[in-house]
Formats: sequence, C-alpha cells, structure tokens
Amino acid sequence: MEALQQFRATTREWLEANCPQSQRQPATREEQVWAGRNKTFPSDDAKIWLEKMSAKGWTCPDWPAAYGGGGLGDEETKILLEEMKSLGCRKPLLDIGIWMLGPALLEYGTEEQKLEHIPKIIRGDIRWCQGYSEPGAGSDLASLQTRAEDKGDHFLINGTKIWTTNADKADFVFCLVRTNTDAIKQKGISFLLIDMETEGVSTSLIELISGESEFCQTFFDNVKVPKNNLVGELNAGWSVAKSLLKHERKLMSEMGELPGPGFSPAQAAQKYVGLNNDGKLKNAALREQLTQHEMDYRCLGLTHFRTFEERINGVADSNVPLIMKYVGTEEQKKKDGLLVALLGSQGIGWEQGESFTADEILSTRSWLFSKALSIAGGTSEVQLNIIAKRVLGLPDA
Amino acid sequence: MPLIFNEEQRLLKDTAKEFLNSNAPVEALRKLRDEKDATGYSTELWRQMVELGWASIILPEAYDGLDFGFMGLGAVIEESGHTLSASPLFSTVVLGASTLILGGNEQQKQDNLPAIAAGELAFALALEEGSHHDPAAVKLSAEQNNEGYILNGKKTFVLDGHSADKLIVVARSSGEAGCTDGLSLMLVDANATGITRTRTIMADSRNAANISFDNVQLSADDVIGEIGQGFSILDPVLDRARIAMAAEMLGGAQECFDRTIEYLKEREQFGVKIGSFQALKHRAAIMYTELQLSKSVILDALSAIDEQRADTNQLASLAKARLNDVYQLVTNEAVQMHGGIGVTDELEIGFFLKRARVSMQAFGDSGFHRDRYATLCGY
Ligand SMILES: Cc1cc2nc3c(=O)[nH]c(=O)nc-3n(C[C@H](O)[C@H](O)[C@H](O)COP(=O)(O)OP(=O)(O)OC[C@H]3O[C@@H](n4cnc5c(N)ncnc54)[C@H](O)[C@@H]3O)c2cc1C
Repeated sequence: MEALQQFRATTREWLEANCPQSQRQPATREEQVWAGRNKTFPSDDAKIWLEKMSAKGWTCPDWPAAYGGGGLGDEETKILLEEMKSLGCRKPLLDIGIWMLGPALLEYGTEEQKLEHIPKIIRGDIRWCQGYSEPGAGSDLASLQTRAEDKGDHFLINGTKIWTTNADKADFVFCLVRTNTDAIKQKGISFLLIDMETEGVSTSLIELISGESEFCQTFFDNVKVPKNNLVGELNAGWSVAKSLLKHERKLMSEMGELPGPGFSPAQAAQKYVGLNNDGKLKNAALREQLTQHEMDYRCLGLTHFRTFEERINGVADSNVPLIMKYVGTEEQKKKDGLLVALLGSQGIGWEQGESFTADEILSTRSWLFSKALSIAGGTSEVQLNIIAKRVLGLPDA
Repeated sequence: MPLIFNEEQRLLKDTAKEFLNSNAPVEALRKLRDEKDATGYSTELWRQMVELGWASIILPEAYDGLDFGFMGLGAVIEESGHTLSASPLFSTVVLGASTLILGGNEQQKQDNLPAIAAGELAFALALEEGSHHDPAAVKLSAEQNNEGYILNGKKTFVLDGHSADKLIVVARSSGEAGCTDGLSLMLVDANATGITRTRTIMADSRNAANISFDNVQLSADDVIGEIGQGFSILDPVLDRARIAMAAEMLGGAQECFDRTIEYLKEREQFGVKIGSFQALKHRAAIMYTELQLSKSVILDALSAIDEQRADTNQLASLAKARLNDVYQLVTNEAVQMHGGIGVTDELEIGFFLKRARVSMQAFGDSGFHRDRYATLCGY
C-alpha cells in the first residue's frame, strides 16, 4: 500500500516536470501523434512528450522492461493512467501495434520477433494495420481466402483484404492468410507480418458515410514474405487472432475516449435546448433520452471499475469483459445520436463555414462514424452470439 | 467505492443464501398466501433472522448493533430477493432503524434501537397518500395543541403496516401539499387511539396496509428531528430504502434469469433445445448484460451509503430506476420464454413477475427517478 502511494507521488512529480503544458489537454484529431517510419509531429512539444514517455517505456506501461516497456503491474499502471488523467496529459502515441499486435506478440512471438518489433512499437517507429477481413469473409472470418504458398525460403501471398483501417499510412500489416486449403477452415490459417513496402502490395481508399477515408482495400499480388515473419505455428494463426481480438474488443469498448466535440450531451442540452424556469430541459422527450443515456453511461463506467477491482482483488469474473464491447459501442452510438438530436439543426451541417462551428460539424461526423463501432471488431450480433454461447452456455443451432 | 464485497460480506451473503434456501424459499411465500396467514410472514422465521443478527446489521454498536453497514445488509437483502422471502426486515430495519439512526434523539434511540436488534419491535413507514410515490404531496395533518400534536388523515401502501408495532408517520405540520418544507416525522404507537389499520392484499402476497388517523393525540416528544424539518431526514431514509429495494430486485431478477436460462437448455421443440434459437439467445444475452451493469450500480450505491457520499441521492435514483426497468424486462421475458407454463400459478416465475410489479411501484417508479436524477444533475 505504502509502496503504491510512493509510486503515485513520484509519478505525479515526474509528470509535472516532464509533460509540456501544451500536452495537458485533450488532443484534437490534428494534434494526435500516430506511429510511423516517417511520422510527423504537430508540434515540438508533442515530440518531446513522446520521447520522454517512450524512454521510460510508459507508452506501453505494463509491457516487460526487457523489451523497453514500463514493466509496471496492474495497480501501478492504473495509478499512472489516473495521474495522467488528473493532470490532463494526453496519450503521447497512438498505434494499433500498442493496442492489439504488441500483447499478442508478447504472448506468441519468438524471442527474435519480440526484440525486433516490440521496442519499435514502444517508440512509435512503425505504424501497424490489421489485415483480417476480406470481401467474402467478415463475421465469418475463418472463411478467408488470401493464399500464402510455401516457396521454401519465403511465402508467396496472393489475395485481397478489405476495411483495412489506415492501410495507406501503415508501414506493416499483420495478416491472416490461408496456408492449408484442405484442413477445416480454422485449421488452415496462419498469422503473418508483412512490410507494406514489399513489392506487390497496394492499397485503394474507400470513402465512408462520415466523409472520411480511413479504410482501404489492400491487394497482394505475388508478394514475397520472409519465413521468419510467421507468428505462432504454421496453421495455428487462428489462436493468435483470437487472443488479439480480445484486446481489440477491449479497446472498442473504450471508444468514448476518441476526440469528439468539446461538449458533453448535458452541456449541449443546456446550450442548444435550454432550460425552463423550473430548471428542466425545455423538450421533455429529449430530457428523458438524455437522462436515460447519462444513467446508462454511468452504469457502464461503474462496470469498467468493477471489472478492474475484481481483477486486482483476485475475484475476477472472466465473463464480464465479454459484454463490454457490445454495451460500450451500443451506448456510444446512442450518445452520438443523442448529441445530434440535442444540437437540432446545428447538428446536421456538413461543411464548416459561417453557419456551423467545428464542434458542430464534428458532432455530425462522429454520429456517422459511430455507426461503425458496432460493426468493427465483431458486430453486436456476433457479440451476443458469443455471450449466449460462452457465458450462458446456450447450445448451438 | 468498493465495487466488490469483502471477505466478511461474502461470508454473510453465503450464509444468508443457505439459510433462506432452506427456511424461506418461494414455496414458503406460496404457503403464506394459500393459508391466508394473518401476519403475512412467519414469526418463527423472523426470530431466526434476528438470531442471525440481521436486524442489527446496520445498527451502531452502542445500541446493540453490529455496525456492519449497508454493504452487509444489502448482501442479505439481495439474497432475500432470490427466494422472495417475506419478513419485516425491510420495513423495520431499512426504514424504521434508519430513520431513528439518522434523525432520532438519544432517548428515541435508546428506547427503540436495542429493541429492534432483539426483534421485539416491528416498524413501518406511513408515507404515501396517493397512487404514486410522492413524498412532498403529504397532506395528513399534524396540528399543534396543548398536549403536543394531533394527527388527522389517511395513508396508503404502508409496507408491513398491518403488523407493525410502531409507525413512523410523515405528516404536514405547515405549508402546502407539494412542499418539502413543513413535513414532520412522528413516532406513533401502531395501536394508539384513533388509528384504524386495514390490511391490503397485494398481488405479490406481501404485506401492506391502508391506515387512517382520526384525532390521534401525540406528545411533543414523539417528533423525530425538528418539527417541519422532517424531509431532511426522510429523503436520505428514502434513498436507503430505494437502494435496498433495488438490491432485493437485483436478487429477484438474477434468480428469474437463471431459472429461465435453465429452461432454455432443457425444453425441446422442433427437435432441438429452444436455447439454440437465436431469437431467444440474443434476448438472453441482452438480459445478462443488463444484470451485469445493474450489479455494479447496486454495489456502488450500497457503498455510497456507508461512505456517506454526497452523490448517494443520485445513486439511489440510478439504482432504483435501473432495477425497475431490468426486473420488469427479466420477468416479462421469463414468462414469455417459458411459453404456456409461464402463465400458470404452478410455476414460480409468476411470483417474481408480481413481486417485480410491486417493488417497481414502491419508493418511486422509473419516471419518478429519471426525473429526480435529471433534476439533481441540473437539467
Ligand atoms: C470502423 C471499422 C474498422 C475496421 N477495421 C478493420 C481493420 O482494420 N482490419 C480488418 O481486417 N477489418 C476491419 N474492419 C472489418 C470488420 O471486422 C468487419 O466489418 C466485421 O467483422 C463485419 O463483417 P462484414 O462487414 O463482412 O459484415 P457481415 O459479416 O456480412 O455482416 C452483415 C450483417 O449480418 C450479421 N451477421 C453476420 N453473421 C451473423 C450471425 N452469425 N448471427 C447473427 N447475425 C450475423 C452482422 O451482425 C451484420 O449485421 C473494420 C470495420 C469497421 C466498420
């Protein structure tokens, strides 16, 4: 207990001394620092902040110090995050290498792979993307067709991936590929790391309803990949993928932290709907929806805390985290839909100009983007299937 | 915010579960109903509960209590929701003892709390006057006279009112109906002259009463707290009641859910278990997620009482509104998923459906609590 208090005090001191003032407020989309070979920094402060944090391994606080991670335990990690939150320190680095690939590599990678990739993820030297889905393989991911043929000293890849978020900006992709066409579908899949600069890899952008183009279709045309880029055993990629998916779903359940408009639904309600003399929101139906949302959101937050408390006290119910992707993303969708409704005609603008503020436009875009949350990383329906099967033990059809 | 029960509380919960399963299962409630039991609960059962210390869980040690807090009491009450056990625990301890602990003077505490701990006194809170929970609307009058105060008016939906020894009566000593100012809490002997109690048989086979007060004479010493300032005690007492009731509702909803899942794994139609139908699976999974969120809220709300947190009122409304909705969802789905047998008296699911309806009505329906939550949050 005392050691933790001590840790809290020194952590706070360090953050106070090392986090530049400009990095102590939420980052807008333009201010975010994404990993990459050729990454650019929106400011000198952002660069300093990343260097300081990655030198301590605190971009990945709970990863082993042997590979450059922070080496912190659960409780210390929580304290670090709490102290960062209370000072308003933003995340110094964003990358799905941190959120998804890293933990899986630590579990399944060879020593050589860990030494090669983990330190780069911690420093933000490489930007990763995820190549799972294909035009014919979405929820039924195991039916994927992208082929990897064994050519002795390398694999030869042919096929296409879709919905690859940020593939156009990424340096490396972690991919699921078919290495055995005879086995039952889950048993013929392998997990490969592919450098996006390799000859034969190309991407094309897909525009979303939110107007953004974060998605790509990624093509592999006779792409040669070294054998030592295989993670886990040959044809055992499905286990690696499943373990990694857990991290993705956890991440998705915390999507509320993405940069959104600079007002909460309650603040927007007061500003755009207004209060009656009795202090109640003028529109009774919106008031009811807002209240329902705020209450459910609070329950969700408490459940995040509860799972954490259960874990550190050794009484974890391993089933509870399984619900978080579903409830987290569904609630986030409701929140973004509600916000647009509260903004009224200010919530449906498309182009910024005299009529709409940046926050208003961002509300509209966030609402549209939020629709993807319950699709990406396993749709809500698929999540419910998983809960029914794994938690409740209901029989397969 | 302990969002988990500690070792002692877990032990208490396990003991309660075992005891209630063997001594007061749903079957026992059915028996009380069918035999038209006059008390509406088993006095022998209550004696045993008192022996287990349940009546003294939240009482301070100075008054023979265990000082175990609402986390402890909540754990027991949640278990009583699984078995729908009828007992005066809620009205006597959550309502009666809380009022005295929060608002009673030394004499009132000395006279009553040890007797509650010993199971010698049962209490009821006489609050409601209309068909919906509305503490401010109280009209029953307390007029000052030479000897103290004189009560006139009517109360309805007084839980355990017909069997209580003492009543805490919410009366209006000044102001208009609709004002929280001018409410006073009176400690009244349930058999005092001028009191007429009529037991109301409710859908859930538990106990309530309509009570009329016709020139009931009280002394000035019978006022709990300051005259006209009763709401400042009543409101936190009601928050304890809302949270404890929500804890019971969580237990009931969980039980009803577990029984339904069992049935989905057992019943066959079209040559397969009905639990393999996705139309039922998804609804079952949604109920599971709702129950998990509910559990977090109940734990936080119970600990908010023990930690005397300023947001206890918000948590009370959050917990009660949520459990109203979730208990309703789960009991409705449970009936539907059982098919025809779900609407028979023979299946115990119906008892949960009825209890859900009554507990939703007690201490504020979801509309009341969402409105209150919004007001507390400034919109
Ligand atoms: C924002 C976003 C980012 C993404 N990023 C990536 C990425 O970086 N890399 C990557 O590989 N993929 C990515 N994806 C793809 C994502 O994983 C797939 O979209 C997802 O798995 C669903 O597949 P699908 O789109 O083919 O839909 P389908 O599987 O065709 O689903 C269509 C509908 O059918 C329902 N359905 C399907 N199967 C069942 C079932 N068994 N029971 C009940 N209902 C069912 C679904 O719930 C859905 O409503 C991303 C998607 C989004 C939206």
